[in-house]
Amino acid sequence: MRRKERIDRPIKVLTDGIYALSSGRHLLYLLGPRVAPVLILIALVVAVPNLYIQRVIAIAAVYALLALSWDFLAGTTGLISLGQALFFGVGAYATAIGNTLLGLPPVVSVLVSPVVAGAFCTGLLVPCLGLRGIYFSMTTLVYPLLLARVVEATRVLGGTDGILGVAPLAPWLERSIVVVMLLGGVIALRRLLATDLGLVLRAIGDDDLAVHASGIDVKRYQIIAIFISATLGAFAGAYFTHLYMVVGISAFALDLSILPIAAAVLGGIGTLVGPVLGAMILVPLSEAARDLGSLRMVVYSVLLVMMILWKPEGFLSFFRRKYEQVERWVDV
Amino acid sequence: MLGVLVYGFVNSLILALTAIGFSLTYGISRIPNFAHGAFYVLAGLFTWLLLNHLGVPLVGAMAIAITLNGLLGAALYRGVLVRVRGIPLAEVIVTFVIGIAALEALRYFGLVGANYGLPGLASGRVDVLGVPVDGQRLVIVVVGLTTGVLLWLVSHRTRWGLALRAIAQDEEAAMMVGVNADHAATLAVGLGAALAAVAAVVIVPLSYVAAEAGGTVLVTSIAVCIVGGLGSTMGVLAGSLLIGYTQTLSVELFGPHLQMIVALLAILITLIVRPSGLFGQQKALEERV
Amino acid sequence: MSGRGTALRIERLSKHFRGVQALRDVSFVVPRGEIVGIIGPNGSGKTTLVNAITGFVRPDHGSIWFDHRDLARMPPHAIASAGVVRTFQTARSYHVLSALESVVVALYSPRARGFDARGRWGERASVAMDLLEEVGFERDSFVPGRGAAALPQGYLRRLELARCLAVHPEVILADELFSGLSPAEIASVVPLMDKLRSDGVTLVLVEHRLRELFRIADRILVMREGRLVHEASPRELIRDDAFRELYLGEEVADASD
Repeated sequence: MRRKERIDRPIKVLTDGIYALSSGRHLLYLLGPRVAPVLILIALVVAVPNLYIQRVIAIAAVYALLALSWDFLAGTTGLISLGQALFFGVGAYATAIGNTLLGLPPVVSVLVSPVVAGAFCTGLLVPCLGLRGIYFSMTTLVYPLLLARVVEATRVLGGTDGILGVAPLAPWLERSIVVVMLLGGVIALRRLLATDLGLVLRAIGDDDLAVHASGIDVKRYQIIAIFISATLGAFAGAYFTHLYMVVGISAFALDLSILPIAAAVLGGIGTLVGPVLGAMILVPLSEAARDLGSLRMVVYSVLLVMMILWKPEGFLSFFRRKYEQVERWVDV
Repeated sequence: MLGVLVYGFVNSLILALTAIGFSLTYGISRIPNFAHGAFYVLAGLFTWLLLNHLGVPLVGAMAIAITLNGLLGAALYRGVLVRVRGIPLAEVIVTFVIGIAALEALRYFGLVGANYGLPGLASGRVDVLGVPVDGQRLVIVVVGLTTGVLLWLVSHRTRWGLALRAIAQDEEAAMMVGVNADHAATLAVGLGAALAAVAAVVIVPLSYVAAEAGGTVLVTSIAVCIVGGLGSTMGVLAGSLLIGYTQTLSVELFGPHLQMIVALLAILITLIVRPSGLFGQQKALEERV
Repeated sequence: MSGRGTALRIERLSKHFRGVQALRDVSFVVPRGEIVGIIGPNGSGKTTLVNAITGFVRPDHGSIWFDHRDLARMPPHAIASAGVVRTFQTARSYHVLSALESVVVALYSPRARGFDARGRWGERASVAMDLLEEVGFERDSFVPGRGAAALPQGYLRRLELARCLAVHPEVILADELFSGLSPAEIASVVPLMDKLRSDGVTLVLVEHRLRELFRIADRILVMREGRLVHEASPRELIRDDAFRELYLGEEVADASD
């Protein structure tokens, strides 16, 4: 009988410890995959003048933020959101209100209203935390759809017309702020997960009863996680609103909930970087396939289900394994 | 006022009939079937195709659509869900995404708006307590009540009904006395899909076969389950009556556009006042120790 | 009873699940610093009792007095923070977290004082390593870094104990700590119990392994169909012929030698 054996590449072993500092090649091996994507993203933003490509990058970053926010919640604390559109939509409306009704400057509004929106969404979701996890998924699924209908029916906040005339950000800010937030978000969340607090959040996703038994108030940490995730998602919505200078009930649309999940599954749930990678792949593809219309959602969905069934670990872990290990067949 | 009483009852039964499949599937197998709305629309489509392209008579088309849906549900479990059984993340995502995929595909192929109608089983109007009610709504009432009674009889009076209830209460214990959890789950998803079809074939004639209905059906099913308490049949009834009557009353008082606010408020108030729902026992801690 | 006072006072505790009366009017006292064993056939309500005391199941009636506070209406984390902690019947360990990490999580509890609020990996980790060593993990081996789910039973039970110790418990309720362990593994856990008792920790052990239990327990409570039917010292119980035939068989008889 034969089976596949995996062993670490020599260079991986060498760079595990302090010895990584011993040579440039080792440093490159270690830093390459961490720094290169950041540099590529920054270079794209800074160097590419084409407006259409800029727009695609901005939209990809928006979805990447949503995917990051989804993954932080689902991959860490095990709360599965089926409605990232809730965070997106509430953030979008919050900044529109802040900018057009309260007269806040766009820069202030785009940074402050996500926090308010995050708190609002957290408030909506907290009551279902004492229940089985499935309640969280059900309410996140239901809220954005219901909120859209409520706005439509009551004609508050512009009804079906939406709120027009949201001021745009300054051009240089418009280009940079979303990428800065995305990179900052990834780095900050990765650091958070490396602390003891991050460990507690992961433990809750792993087995919340054991966390309860250690005298830790699980609900409190779930609330923290939801707030962080909701604020990130709301920023995506707020930025998007300033980008298009308008907000409408399409801010609660279903594809805002689906694409982030697809991106996370594609890139690898629980890896934080994977979902961002997934969004960076999916969004440009999706732009290219604009003609397919609603059939795009079908394509994501099929792709997603196939990934879950056959490659549940996602791309990132796959690449990482290839990067760090060699595989060979051995006789047993 | 009598109008509210009668129409509220009809409305409540419509809600109950759409929600019962979702609730039952979860109650037996702990699988949240977020493709429930898609199954509802598919059943409508099957009936329409059988009627208009194969010339099957209405009652036959309905029966075939219900059967087809049941088989499709069972196939969903056997083909896909069984591989991710016990991983909540995957179960939730897979059912949700398959539902969306089906609905969006139907939308792409033009199943939207008021193009595809289904005939009802009855026409004309009948006076109930002095309120004129059209025949199809009476059919819904009859089908809804019959379904409820049948489900109760099957679950309380037959051997496999009892086995299913046993597995709903304690899967491990039920497995020890010889109930096959996989068979039960196949049955649960199939039965849920079949019940979505039962709802569709009598309710769709009031409007049209359209992809949009899928989202509405899923949202209202979830609303009913949250208010009534997930997995409890009494809860479905109570949640439906509560939301159904409040919606009818709000239409009477403020016009038709507040129905969704009623559902949203019902969910919010339930979650704040009594999170596990009127008849629910879904507390996170107690259920798992 | 010893003069050291009472750790837990259970008064008329009742709980029913869908028609099954799991606990009926259970009342007893656990003296501070003693080891109390709870025995009884399957389904007699032992685990429900542990769940009720630690807040994982809300009792229908009755109170649980600990340190002038009624635990009966408190959530599990508050009870653990008060100093009453538990182990689980099917050792509840994390799947992806390592043994070391799972002790670090326990050290995050508000009761495990002495760490700055957002402490980075390091300070807690070294305390966690000490705790693991205390319960018999080999320092500098690969074992503490292993996913807890991949640990052998003996280590798993000791990990549960380490997680309890992390929060400076006053009372530990251990649900079937010995089940699934080999005699040698049990022999390695028993000295730990003695040490805990001498440190003033009160232990409540729900057990099936009567031989080992009778060696270390000060008192034994016998439960049956949700009721407390007997309370005695191990020695008295073994002498009781009727009890011996009913519950013990001959297995325990030689434990008193």
